[in-house]
Amino acid sequence: MQKYSVFSLVKNAFTNHENWEVAWKDPEPKKEYDVIIVGGGGHGLATAYYLAKEHGITNVAILEKGWIGGGNVGRNTTILRSNYMFDSNAHFYEFGMKLWETLSQELNYNVMYSPRGIINLAHSDAQMNAYARRGNSMRLNGIDAILLGRDDLKKMIPFADFSETCRFPIHGGLMQPRGGTARHDAVAWGYARQADSMGVDIIQNCEVTGFDVNNGKIEGVQTSRGNIKTKKVGLCVAGSTTLLADMLNMRLPIEAHVLQACVSEPVKPLLHNVVTFGAGHFYCSQSDKGEMVMGGDLDGYNSYAQRGNMPMIQHVLTGGLAVFPNFSRLKMLRTWGGIMDMSMDGSPIIDKTHIEGVYLNCGWCYGGFKATPSSGFVFAHTIAQDQVHELNSEFNLERFHTGKIIDEKGVGPKPWIG
Amino acid sequence: MLEIKCPYCGKRSQNEFSYGGDATIKRPQLGEEISTEDWDNFVYYRDNPRGKHSELWHHVSGCRQWFKVSRDTATHEIFDTCKMNEDFNV
Repeated sequence: MQKYSVFSLVKNAFTNHENWEVAWKDPEPKKEYDVIIVGGGGHGLATAYYLAKEHGITNVAILEKGWIGGGNVGRNTTILRSNYMFDSNAHFYEFGMKLWETLSQELNYNVMYSPRGIINLAHSDAQMNAYARRGNSMRLNGIDAILLGRDDLKKMIPFADFSETCRFPIHGGLMQPRGGTARHDAVAWGYARQADSMGVDIIQNCEVTGFDVNNGKIEGVQTSRGNIKTKKVGLCVAGSTTLLADMLNMRLPIEAHVLQACVSEPVKPLLHNVVTFGAGHFYCSQSDKGEMVMGGDLDGYNSYAQRGNMPMIQHVLTGGLAVFPNFSRLKMLRTWGGIMDMSMDGSPIIDKTHIEGVYLNCGWCYGGFKATPSSGFVFAHTIAQDQVHELNSEFNLERFHTGKIIDEKGVGPKPWIG
Repeated sequence: MLEIKCPYCGKRSQNEFSYGGDATIKRPQLGEEISTEDWDNFVYYRDNPRGKHSELWHHVSGCRQWFKVSRDTATHEIFDTCKMNEDFNV
């Protein structure tokens, strides 16, 4: 594989950049693979990469219905964080943060990791107490957290509404300085390029239409490009998880919901952090191009449509204008939607299933992007070793029967509230 | 914008309603002997279809009645709505 560096850039400049190697190949599917990953998104590509790199399993195919990176990894708002309170979440996401910090070097691909800090705004003394508690929990788990006062925030986001008579006056906030953003497409492409170079077949325009299961064991996958034999299948299909699980007669604690995001026209640097205004169902960061990248709540009813509806955009931006009134002059560039695999406790599922050789990676709710490296790492371990990694041992399916659910938000099995 | 026909008030904009989830989920009868698995299925497990979905809506900014909606989760087309004790015609 061609290494990307300033020298290769200069060298290729002499030939008008016409002789770069392709970043990944476009192979025909083989008759048989050791492992098939369904879904060429961030998690699927990362899983294939770690299967090859950490476990030496390279006879792997990624089957993607459309094109790689065309689903949620290309539709999210690119935020990275590990500001969780529960141990199982904190350890898992913090492991991911450490992978993010060196990912560009590891993949020889600039994922534009930007630890610009994520700030959650607080609007009452009670909320400040709750944030102090969460911050302390994070620090006990080795995660960075700073409690910010009103005066600190006036220096950081001076254009926010700091009046004392507004509906949600800003009392302070909780900040994770190492949180931030990364370029989502680059993450997918970086993993794809490295996985391909180690022998993984990335097969696009290949839809899975069925599974061959015999005596409780997986034997192969039926696709729009023919049948392929395998002993192990990993499902990384986010919002389409139920559709594939139906083919395996598996019922899951998952509902599909659409989540929208939007960006404004690009403007000069203004917002230097990621800011969440939970009380107004709004969060925002400014991209390197200068666009304000904004998001908020689910549309609020089950949906498999990768597009949303205007009432929720209006609701989210109304909240946004309450905290950042100067955004009212910004023009909207575009809005889009992605299908979230909302689990019934708000936490992911990375586990084996009742079918031997079928492994499940789903339930990412709103937070799949930041988990891309850690999810790929532990899912590759789960598939290769046929047992869960310590870090995903609590993200099991069994918890919906034992009662040991991980309900970080505390909203119960109603994903549309939240 | 969805336009939802409340069986009591007629067609209104989506803004007047709130969502109540899958309408096919039935709470086990009080006192009924059921397995813990049945109970877990009731609380956590959903069919989550792509296509026709029966769901509950609440006309919260209107008559405040709960009712049922048959809607396509892929196209957002609404096929029919009915009162809680009725069945869909379509």
